[in-house]
Amino acid sequence: MFSYYFELALRSLRRNPVLTGLMIAAIAFGIGACMTTLTVFRAMSADPIPAKSHQLFAPQIQNSASTETKPSDESLSTQLTYLDAMALMQAHAAKRQSALYLTDLALRPPDATQKSTYEFTRAAFSEFFGMFDVPFQYGSGWSAQDDADHAAVVVLSSEINNRVFHGDNSVGRSITLDKEAYRVVGVLKTWKPIPHFYDLHTLPFGESDEMFIPFSHAIDKHLILNGSMACPAPPKPSWEGTLQSECSWVQFWVELPMKADADHYRAFLNNYASEQRTTGRFTWPAHTQLRDVPQWLAYNAIIPSEVNILIMVSLGFLLVCLMNATGLMLAKIMGRAGDIGVRRALGASRRAIVSQFLIETGVVGLAGGLLGLLLTAVGLLTARSLLPSEFVLLTHLDAIDTVGTVLLAITATMLAGLYPTWRAMRVQPAWALKAAQ
Amino acid sequence: MRIHPILAAMTRNKFGAILIVAQMAVTLAFITNSFALIEQRVAWSARPTGLDEANVFVIRASTESREDLEARRMGELAALRGLSGVIDAYLTNEYPLQGSGSSGSISLSPDKTPSMRTSHYLGDEHALHTLGVTLIAGRNFTPEEVTPHHADALPAARVLIVSKALADTLFPKGDALGKTVYVQDGVPSQIVGIVERLQGPNFAATGRFSTFAEDSTIRPSRPINEYPRFLVRVQPGRMVEVMKRAERTLLEHDNEMIMSVVSMKEARAKAYLGNRGLVVLLVSISTALLLVTGFGIVGLTSYWVTLRRQQIGIRRALGATRLNILQHFQRENLMIAGTGAVAGAALAVALNLWMVQRFEMVRMANSQVLGGALLLLVLGQIAAFLPARRAASIPPALATRGG
Repeated sequence: MFSYYFELALRSLRRNPVLTGLMIAAIAFGIGACMTTLTVFRAMSADPIPAKSHQLFAPQIQNSASTETKPSDESLSTQLTYLDAMALMQAHAAKRQSALYLTDLALRPPDATQKSTYEFTRAAFSEFFGMFDVPFQYGSGWSAQDDADHAAVVVLSSEINNRVFHGDNSVGRSITLDKEAYRVVGVLKTWKPIPHFYDLHTLPFGESDEMFIPFSHAIDKHLILNGSMACPAPPKPSWEGTLQSECSWVQFWVELPMKADADHYRAFLNNYASEQRTTGRFTWPAHTQLRDVPQWLAYNAIIPSEVNILIMVSLGFLLVCLMNATGLMLAKIMGRAGDIGVRRALGASRRAIVSQFLIETGVVGLAGGLLGLLLTAVGLLTARSLLPSEFVLLTHLDAIDTVGTVLLAITATMLAGLYPTWRAMRVQPAWALKAAQ
Repeated sequence: MRIHPILAAMTRNKFGAILIVAQMAVTLAFITNSFALIEQRVAWSARPTGLDEANVFVIRASTESREDLEARRMGELAALRGLSGVIDAYLTNEYPLQGSGSSGSISLSPDKTPSMRTSHYLGDEHALHTLGVTLIAGRNFTPEEVTPHHADALPAARVLIVSKALADTLFPKGDALGKTVYVQDGVPSQIVGIVERLQGPNFAATGRFSTFAEDSTIRPSRPINEYPRFLVRVQPGRMVEVMKRAERTLLEHDNEMIMSVVSMKEARAKAYLGNRGLVVLLVSISTALLLVTGFGIVGLTSYWVTLRRQQIGIRRALGATRLNILQHFQRENLMIAGTGAVAGAALAVALNLWMVQRFEMVRMANSQVLGGALLLLVLGQIAAFLPARRAASIPPALATRGG
């Protein structure tokens, strides 16, 4: 029966190519626009580290007076001061923890034909790699001893390893960065958490760190921050002045596997802030926060309002396209009232008519979905050229998107076809036959 | 022409008419809001920085640390100023359209209240001339006032040049010149000059950094460090050529310098790339929306014409002219589209109000709603014309056949 209805549907669609074409085009446009924006949105709001997102936390400590009477998010900085970060590292109150900041190191390749470049370099502690489940191609992260020794060791991204060492196992080899020799201890597999949750101050959706070096070493070498620094009062103009200041510029992450651990850590943070009050550094009651990855992303509101607007517009667009398809389908089906009458008179049940037209709308939906998929691909390519390069990583279609697009198209079209189908079902055979003479 | 036959015909196809009304309403709601957004975004991207943008470029460089940094920077600066085609150059900390930059509070009294936020630029006595900004009151820095500045933190400044926007915020009476203000650390600075316009490095159109976009200060300091930023102004039309020569000249001074050279034009394009992308996407979706709605009307009206062939034939046989038939369909469409426009206008305003609350959306002007509604009515008339003309060509003889 199905194949017969399918054939009928194809024949019927062929009979009125203009209406059929308009319907398919309307659905395809609507689906294409919707899926383009939804794909970008989904990538932007995805969980960057699903296995651990509820075990990783970013602490915040209020370290400057606030004009607000009640403690609020406004009075908290999104980063820590160097002083607080080091105090939290020393206390080691979590399973794993790391202070972080971004700097740039000059990479001058031994091969003179290659251009010298500055590469994003992350200063971190040894526990960074275990905490974020960073995958290694060769070697591993450095040791806690290297942290303590302020060692000149480096972990490279696979891109840098490919460029400088042609993809060979470079562990143990030396690389010159900012005129200093670093020993390679590890090479990463491709690792690009999107969004770049652990430091949202530079390009949350863009390129990520190319090299990693011990935090203690970076501080020794006065490697300057590439990021943002918030100062309640200007620091003394020296490296040491910045370190001792109340400027917040260090990211800090802790791993707390159980809920109880997080509760303990909250208490610990509050204690720490209260102590700062007793020593006279803070003149306000302790105010701290501890957020896990999803809360952190929501708090930082990294999804630009443009994306929300585009989603609204494209959903509205899909709605109009579907209303349009309903109208056209109604026109098409009711134009064939005569045929329906004949079929009914020859004994077809209402149910048979309904299945026939459901299949017909399904076929239209399938065609619209496939065309819509094509338009989505075009839309994503266009978005790639229109959006800033930091969003390029987001414009990919995967298998789920592909199947989802087609299914959405078929479902939406069949929904749009419900009323016309219902009208077809209600055709009175005798009346239709008479009218169709 | 009476309305009754149109209404009578329409009530026989209620659902189709309702569909078109709904479709037009949603279309109107979305295109008017898109227009408002497009207008706002285009205006944002067009905000002037106050600079002679066509003839200014920036060299962002990094070098190794050395002992004689100040002598090196001064040497490089002199070399840039000496290049043929260069009008002037100076060392800056930040530049407009850069993206992010340093900002801080500025207040009328040492105890920080009330305080405003402002962007801080550093520059020597060549800064104004290089930027090409217009001094509207007071004077430029003198060479004696300019101090070398070595660290990250802001240097204390005895004198300041401020943008007019900031001057007006601090002193609404317009008497800012010569007044004393306090920047961050409570050190008094005197306003010695006011420039007509100088945008801060943050170009964000929304959010907390947008509130002081036009408020900026220049301090008489020359940043001396391993990551210098040179701002260079060239004679009109010599940009490309001078950019290349400037890069070569700096390499001759220091072959380890890693540089990126950006014209203000490129900086502007990069700064507003996302904005432009949004505008292009909104324009294309709006156009597609209008097209889809238009073709939808063509489709449904064609169907109605087919459905009413016989009645049209009868009316023609009873003396209706072709024009009467054409008018019937055009007016029918006008009524439907008119209803859609009214419903759409209400929906548009509601959607706008909701979006203003929820997102950083602009209030829509009444003229935009009216314009959108007119556009939709015209679209309806054009879309109805094709099937209406077909209807008008139905011969009266059809009435005598069949039925």
